[in-house]
Amino acid sequence: MTLAADYTELIAPEPSRLVILRQVLLDRPSTMAAVAMIGVFVLIATFAPLLAPYDPLTQSYIKINRVPSAEHWLGTDQFGRDVLSRMIFGSRNSLIIGVLAPLLAAIIGTTLGVVAGFFGGVVDRIISRAVDLLISFPELLLAIIIAAALGGGFWNIVIVLAAAFVPNFARVARAQTMAVRAEPYVEAAVASGVTTWRIILRHIVPNIAAPIVVLMTLWTASAIRLEASLSFLGLGTQAPQPSWGNIIRDGLNNLFGSPWPVIGAGLAITSVVLAFNLLGDTIRDVLDPETSS
Amino acid sequence: MGQFLLRRLFDAVPTVLLVLTLVFVAMRILPGDPALAALGDNALPEQLAAFREQFGLNKPLWRQYLDFLAGVLTFDLGRSLLHNQPVVSLLAHALPFTVELTLVATFIGVGIGVPLGVLAATHRNRLPDSGVRLFSLVGYAVPDFYLGALLLIVFSLNLGLFPINGGGVGFWDRMYHVMLPAITLAFLKAAFIGKLTRTSLLEVFGKDFVRTARAKGAREGRVIYRHALRNALLPLTTGLGISLLATLSGSVAVELVFNRPGVGTLLIGAISERDYAVIQGGIIVFALLVVVVNLLIDLLYIAVDPRLRVQA
Repeated sequence: MTLAADYTELIAPEPSRLVILRQVLLDRPSTMAAVAMIGVFVLIATFAPLLAPYDPLTQSYIKINRVPSAEHWLGTDQFGRDVLSRMIFGSRNSLIIGVLAPLLAAIIGTTLGVVAGFFGGVVDRIISRAVDLLISFPELLLAIIIAAALGGGFWNIVIVLAAAFVPNFARVARAQTMAVRAEPYVEAAVASGVTTWRIILRHIVPNIAAPIVVLMTLWTASAIRLEASLSFLGLGTQAPQPSWGNIIRDGLNNLFGSPWPVIGAGLAITSVVLAFNLLGDTIRDVLDPETSS
Repeated sequence: MGQFLLRRLFDAVPTVLLVLTLVFVAMRILPGDPALAALGDNALPEQLAAFREQFGLNKPLWRQYLDFLAGVLTFDLGRSLLHNQPVVSLLAHALPFTVELTLVATFIGVGIGVPLGVLAATHRNRLPDSGVRLFSLVGYAVPDFYLGALLLIVFSLNLGLFPINGGGVGFWDRMYHVMLPAITLAFLKAAFIGKLTRTSLLEVFGKDFVRTARAKGAREGRVIYRHALRNALLPLTTGLGISLLATLSGSVAVELVFNRPGVGTLLIGAISERDYAVIQGGIIVFALLVVVVNLLIDLLYIAVDPRLRVQA
């Protein structure tokens, strides 16, 4: 008769998250494609000045509303600017805002959620009530309302989108904090006289980080889509700065002349959002298997 | 039921008050000086003073707040500087177009989404399932204003099947005008509802009562629609609420693409023209619509799940 202990070396050690990530990536060709797509867009955004055939802001009154040609692959807009170059530079806007807005929302939302979940009482009631109310509003509508008050421009878009996302982060952070707070190791820390802030920073935050990171990746796609929507509505990136949303806005005025700026910029938005959605789903499955469908 | 309705309406009062307060805060405190924001940097001091006088901006803040609430209660939201009309009549003219678009889009979206979800769930991991998965992936990724522009290019500009802009006059003409924008919004909705129907159905398929229904020899269609789908309605109701709100906010951009005379077009136009009273009115309407949709969804829960009626 063999003892269970004899088998311990046969039991595989729990694989690290990096190993799981690699396996998941190899298992899912769609995720690989998504990563490749994001990589391409990151390269385009990084090397935009080298790749763009023209300056995205240079106007030309003799080349207004041109249809696509060998010279201008996607044609020119109503100011004679090269649409392809504007699209290439527009990728910078989309990607940077796609990363910054969820990051800012995560910082503010997690802080609010942890404070509400850890301290409870009146603070919790106030924060939870506000979160419940704001979460019942669609993000786009919230963003439109705040943007109507704040106005457009790069940092305002980041703030507007972050503000629209904050309730989601606060709700998750609060629920997670309440769960972690009941863990024996937190009780032990409290009993051994560790200061409150140290408990929050050393025990709570690291243990609620995974779902927050998942949420951040899931909201990246939304941030990119919402930035495009706001810019399309004239509330986001302001002319003459290029953004995929305002390229479509400009293109819509010249649909009869040439639909290509609209088609091109829309394809760019769709593929980036699709790629980030796929990647976000995969990261969620790896980091947070319980909530995945 | 009636008592429950009354209590829910009563519960909505503080929510509405909070929403109005947020609108007030957003409009008065965030942008600095609204007079300067509305009239621009080149405005003369007299113009600024007249503007402040007209909108009561020189009164103390608490007084402005009370005036604002009183205005909302008496349907007096001021006058539009641009259209020289009361804001309420502008909104009353625009609102039906937005509601119409949202409702038609919801009917189409649910009408397509639920059968798609059933198809995917009954053919799990086979071709229809993959097809629906691909559809929902694309549906989540394509921005509604882009899809709207594509449909406009193909069906209105090139094929000439649908009108290019406007809202139409008379019932059939309005339905004709609403069709393409509604299909645009329904696309995303169908993707969302389809995916949700699939997930909820698969969950219900594992339950004992579905096995019992099959064991007693009920036809497959009866098992799916009478037994399984009815029990999957609760998550679907939540999904319907989420997608109704998404459609409402999506309607802003889609109205702009198709140049429909709805609240979204009115609001965006007012923002670019800095028509202060109309911006405020448009925001209030959208905020109240959100509250109303949430209320309707709560009532729908009760209709869908008799167990909740007892608790209510």
